[in-house]
Amino acid sequence: MILLRLFWEFFKTGLFAVGGGMATVPFLQDISAKTGWYTSGQLADMIAVSESTPGPLGVNMATYVGYTVGSQQLGGVGMGVVGAIVSTLGLIFPSIVVILIIGYFLKRFRDSKIVDSALYGLRPASVALISAAGVDIVLFAILRVDSIYQIGKASLSWKAAVLALAVFAGTNLVPRLKKIHPIWFIFFSAVAGILLHMG
Amino acid sequence: MKELLDLFFTFFRIGAVTFGGGYAMLPILQREVVEKKKWASDEELVDYFAIGQCTPGVIAVNTATFIGRKYRGVVGGVVATLGVVSPSVVIISVIAALINNFANIGWVQDALGGIRVCVCVFILNAVIKLIKSAVKDKATLVLYLVLFAVAVLFDVSPIYSVVISGVLGVLITKLGVRGK
Repeated sequence: MILLRLFWEFFKTGLFAVGGGMATVPFLQDISAKTGWYTSGQLADMIAVSESTPGPLGVNMATYVGYTVGSQQLGGVGMGVVGAIVSTLGLIFPSIVVILIIGYFLKRFRDSKIVDSALYGLRPASVALISAAGVDIVLFAILRVDSIYQIGKASLSWKAAVLALAVFAGTNLVPRLKKIHPIWFIFFSAVAGILLHMG
Repeated sequence: MKELLDLFFTFFRIGAVTFGGGYAMLPILQREVVEKKKWASDEELVDYFAIGQCTPGVIAVNTATFIGRKYRGVVGGVVATLGVVSPSVVIISVIAALINNFANIGWVQDALGGIRVCVCVFILNAVIKLIKSAVKDKATLVLYLVLFAVAVLFDVSPIYSVVISGVLGVLITKLGVRGK
């Protein structure tokens, strides 16, 4: 039953997440809120691991969620792998069907006015959803509260704030660091986390 | 059969060596699929990417389906796609098993605490990059702000936002408000 649900949730994600890997994050958050299969903190870890391992971001995250749900809800490494396969198949199934269909009238699709104007509305929606997912993770990781309605109880961790500023500066402002792989920033943050006891 | 295996393992290799997906895949696809295998031309690849970005699903998966379909029909599309996702299933399962087992250790929790902060910045960076191509006029700015507020304040499924915004995009264009 859980496997069926897993497939269905990722089928919906694959069908409605438009615009690449990060666009799946709001859907994963929605799944976590509905099912309680994993926490916001675990979701942040999944994003970090997916960024620092080979493979498309969206696929890596689906696999990670599937593994976690399989191994924790059904028990064991074997069920984890089954969960990983089920969620990944769920994610790619709708896009395979859509692309195979579009493949037949590629040019008409590309030049379609309707498609163009639907996308014109979809793009800001996709970024809005990713932004909101980001706010959720900031609330959890930096302000240490579970939802926006508890913002009054937020306690800004200065360690987290300094680390966030350092990573932002490194990824955006320092020309020589901008080009290096994100995995090094994750590694740097892990070391900073250990040294500053950020757990 | 030989061609299908070739398709599977070529995309398996691509899935195993690209980090991040999306545009990071483009140079590798160019070398493997256009130059070595000649399954598609440079122009086709760019088209596939453009369409892959505006159709549902992961861009890397969509591009693999396109190329596989062009080379060996529907079966080819499915085989290429399974090839590109297989390395993730293997690699992530191993890492997830390790992390889920060690997550309770003190220093691992500290490390994850630091990494989560880093992820916040990554998402912010993604938003900064994407917003330039998404918010181009008043209508899209309003759409962005309203949907952002709704998503932060209320517990609604992102599916509604996606469907409604697609319809609104068509309406805004028809009403001639677009670009103002």
